[in-house]
Amino acid sequence: MSTAAPVVTGTGVEPTFREKMADLWAQMKAHKVSYLFIAPFGILFFIFTVLPILVSFGLSFTYFNMVQPPQWVGWENYLRMFLSDDVFLIAVKNTLLFAVITGPVSYLLCFVFAWLINELKPKLRAFLTLLFYAPSISANAYLVWRFLFDGDTYGWINGQLLYWGIIDRPIQWLIDTTWMMPIVIMVTLWMSLGVSFLTFIAGLQGIDPMYYEAAAIDGVKNRWQELWFVTLPMMRPYLMFGAIIAITQSFTATQSIQALTGPTPTDWATWTIVQHMQDHATARYEMGYASAMAVLLFFAMVFMQKMVQRLLKKVG
Amino acid sequence: MALDLSLRHRRLSRSTGGDLVIFTMLAAGAAFMAMPMVYTISNAFKPLNELFIYPPQFLVRHPTMDNFNDLFVLMAKSWVPVSRYFFNSLFIVAAGTAGNVVFGSLCAYALSKHSFPGKRVFNELILLSLMFAGAVLLIPHYLTISYLGWMNTYAAIIVPAWAMTLGVFLMRNFIDAMVHDTLLEAARMDGANEFDCYWRIAMPIVKPAWLTLIILAFQSLWGNQGSLYLYAEQLKPLPYALGQIVGGGIGRAGAAAAVTVILMIVPITVFVINQSQIVQTMGTSGITGE
Repeated sequence: MSTAAPVVTGTGVEPTFREKMADLWAQMKAHKVSYLFIAPFGILFFIFTVLPILVSFGLSFTYFNMVQPPQWVGWENYLRMFLSDDVFLIAVKNTLLFAVITGPVSYLLCFVFAWLINELKPKLRAFLTLLFYAPSISANAYLVWRFLFDGDTYGWINGQLLYWGIIDRPIQWLIDTTWMMPIVIMVTLWMSLGVSFLTFIAGLQGIDPMYYEAAAIDGVKNRWQELWFVTLPMMRPYLMFGAIIAITQSFTATQSIQALTGPTPTDWATWTIVQHMQDHATARYEMGYASAMAVLLFFAMVFMQKMVQRLLKKVG
Repeated sequence: MALDLSLRHRRLSRSTGGDLVIFTMLAAGAAFMAMPMVYTISNAFKPLNELFIYPPQFLVRHPTMDNFNDLFVLMAKSWVPVSRYFFNSLFIVAAGTAGNVVFGSLCAYALSKHSFPGKRVFNELILLSLMFAGAVLLIPHYLTISYLGWMNTYAAIIVPAWAMTLGVFLMRNFIDAMVHDTLLEAARMDGANEFDCYWRIAMPIVKPAWLTLIILAFQSLWGNQGSLYLYAEQLKPLPYALGQIVGGGIGRAGAAAAVTVILMIVPITVFVINQSQIVQTMGTSGITGE
C-alpha cells in the first residue's frame, strides 16, 4: 500500500499517473518535518479562513436568506450588481476614489515616516514611534474627529470659525456631500500609520549598518542615493508586505467611515462596497448577494496586488 | 552640529540642512498625530461642567480625579467582581497572542526556509486570504464555532486568533529577508536539528518581527469584546464590562472618558516595552554583526 522509496523513472519514459503520485508521496514523506512545522497553523487556517471563504464562493451563486436552504441562481447575483443596483455602482465609484487616494498616500506616509524616524537615537525614536502610531493604538481614535467636525456650534472647528468670524453659520461637515469624502479620506490617512509603519521600522532596524558604511565608501553621496541604492533594495520584502496591507485596508475600510458619516450617509456620498455588502449580509439577510460582492472585491484586490508586485520589482 | 550629535547616530552621507528640515517635519507630524491621545487624556481629567462647556475646549482647565473616582465606585458595584473581567481579558489576550506568535512563526519558518510539495500553493493561499473581506465570513465562522461546541467558552475567541493570517505573512517576510540560508546550513553541519534552527537561530534574529506581531495580536484581542460568542457574564472581557458600566447615558460621560484612558493605557504600555526591546535588538546586532 505504501511505496516509500522514490520511484526512479527511466530516461525518455513518461511516468504514469500512479508513479507520479508515488513519487509525490515519497517526497512528502521525506519532508514530514516541514509538515509538522506547518500543521498547527495550517489546520486552524483551513478551518477558520479557507473553508469559510470557499463557502462564500459557493454562496455567491445562490439566493440564501439564512432561514431557508440556499437556492442555486447561477450568475444572477453578479448580473444584479451591475444591471439593477444603482447604489452598488455608487459604492464602486466611491470605493475606487477612496482606495486610489488613501492606498498610495498612506503607503508613502508609512515609509517616509519610518525612514525618517529610523535615523534617530533609540529613546527619541521609540517616543516618536509611539506618537505616530497613537491613532492606531487608541482603537476608536477617529471619534476625536467627530468632536472636531461636529455639525452644530459645539463642534470645535465650527466653534473656532464662528468665533473668528470666518463663517456666519455652522457648516454641516459630516452631512454636506461636498465635505464628507475629503474629511473621511483625511481621517483615514491620519490613522494609517499602523501595521506597515511598524513593519517598516522593524525592517529598517534589521538592515546591517555595515551596508551603509560600504556604500558611503563606494561613493554614495547623499541620503537619496543611499535610499535608492541601499535601503529600498534591502527593504523589498517589507515593501511588498506594506503594499498588500495598503491595498486591503484602502479597499475595505468601513469602521472609521461609518463612525464619521453615520450608517446611512447623505446621498450615499461615502458609501463603499464593503458597507453595501455588510448592509446586505447583516440587515437584509441576502447572504448570496453579499458573498458575490465579496468575491468581486476579492478579484479586484488580487488584480491590484499583481500590478503592484510588478511595479515593486522595478524599485531600487 | 551639536544638536545633531545629541539626537541621532551620525552617518557619513548626511547634510546638516537636510537634518533640520527633517526634524521640523517630524515634529509637526508628531504633534498632529498625538492629538487624539492628548484629547482623550485631557477629557478624562475634565470635571463634568467642562465636558459640556460651550465653546468646547480641547484641553482641561481644572484637572480633577472625579471621573476615576466615579468609575471605581461604579466598578465596585458590578455583579461579577471586576477582577474576574480583568482575568478574562488577561487570559484571552495572553493565550491568543502566544499561540498566534508560536504557531505563526513555526509555519512561517517552514514556508520560508524549507522546500516541500505544496509550499507554493500554501504561500499563495495565505496571500489570497488576506484579500477577502471579512464581513461575509462572519456567518460561516459563527456556524463553525457552534458546530465545534465552543460557544460560550474562551476557545471561541482564542483558537481562531491562533490562525490570524497576517502574523504568518509578516513572519515569513522577515525570515526571508533576515535569516540567511548559509547560517542555517552551518548550524545543520554542526548537528542542529530543524527545531534548533528555528528556535535558536531564526527566532533570535527576527526578534523585531515577533515583537511587532505581539503588538498586533495583542491589540486585536484587547479590543475584542467577544459579544458574539461569550454570553456568560463570568467569561466576558474587561472592555465589554467597562462598556456596560459607562453605557448608562450622559450622566456617566465623565466615567466613560476615564474608561477610554484605562483601555488605552494597557496597549500603550505593551507597545512601549515592546519598542524598547526592538531598540535593544539593534544594539546587540551591531556587536555580533554576521
